[in-house]
Amino acid sequence: MMARVHVMLKDGVLDPQGEAVRHALHGLGFDGVGGVRQGKVIEIELAEGTTEATVTEMCEQLLANTVIESYSIELI
Amino acid sequence: MKAAVIVFPGSNCDRDLAEGFRKAGLDVQMVWHKDTALPSDIDIVGIPGGFSFGDYLRCGAIAANSPICREVKAHVERGGYALGICNGFQVLTETKILPGALLRNGGLKYICRTIGLSVAESQSIFTRGYEAGETIRIPIAHHDGNFTADAETLDMLEAEGRVAFRYTDNPNGSDRDIAGILSSNRRVLGMMPHPERACDPAQGNEDGARLFAHLTAALAEA
Repeated sequence: MMARVHVMLKDGVLDPQGEAVRHALHGLGFDGVGGVRQGKVIEIELAEGTTEATVTEMCEQLLANTVIESYSIELI
Repeated sequence: MKAAVIVFPGSNCDRDLAEGFRKAGLDVQMVWHKDTALPSDIDIVGIPGGFSFGDYLRCGAIAANSPICREVKAHVERGGYALGICNGFQVLTETKILPGALLRNGGLKYICRTIGLSVAESQSIFTRGYEAGETIRIPIAHHDGNFTADAETLDMLEAEGRVAFRYTDNPNGSDRDIAGILSSNRRVLGMMPHPERACDPAQGNEDGARLFAHLTAALAEA
């Protein structure tokens, strides 16, 4: 089995990289682009039977810095 | 008086920091990140600048979970002194020894130049060699020095006099111009600017030398 963890900067935390991407998209003529936020996706191969609670612990301890980031977990 | 300087793969200011401590009269022992104990009789731990573990995941995140950081945490919890500079500051926030986090610079660029720092708080062993309100010049060299914390934490840091340094001309977007903060017991300082790069006439600037000289004197008195 596998877990896919999405880590994003929290709402309200300025995302200068997302802003730069937004500027670049506007520069290419994509006028319909509003805000852009950039995050990361982490795919983890797991032993069968690993619970979501364990992946949550991984997020809390290492994968996300909850001061500035939020995360969501998909078990696949 | 003894200092330990932690070395991670990717640290690149470890020897400069050791030199800063040595010039102030401390004996210095370098400690590898895989070590599971700090040398005995350590008075202060230095966490140097650099790019520990290539800044993978987040700056300082992997280093904060290395074996030696458990010992650094225990040392701090026992009331020990620690100084984290640049990547060392990022490691201190990632270990939750200090509050807040360091984001990518607001302007997205890596900045390497000497900037003005206002000493916001002189009541600590790190800053007692400076006058509160004094402006000093210290180099910065970072890509992720944009200090952020929620408003409540920022208010608390200010109310408790734990903002050690502020930028006179904020280069990176840090909340409330904060360049360095103290722990609640004032024995841990994390700062983005590099005082160890301003310790010798050959570096063209000795404004950082006072930090090391006064902390060594304070440790000797303790």
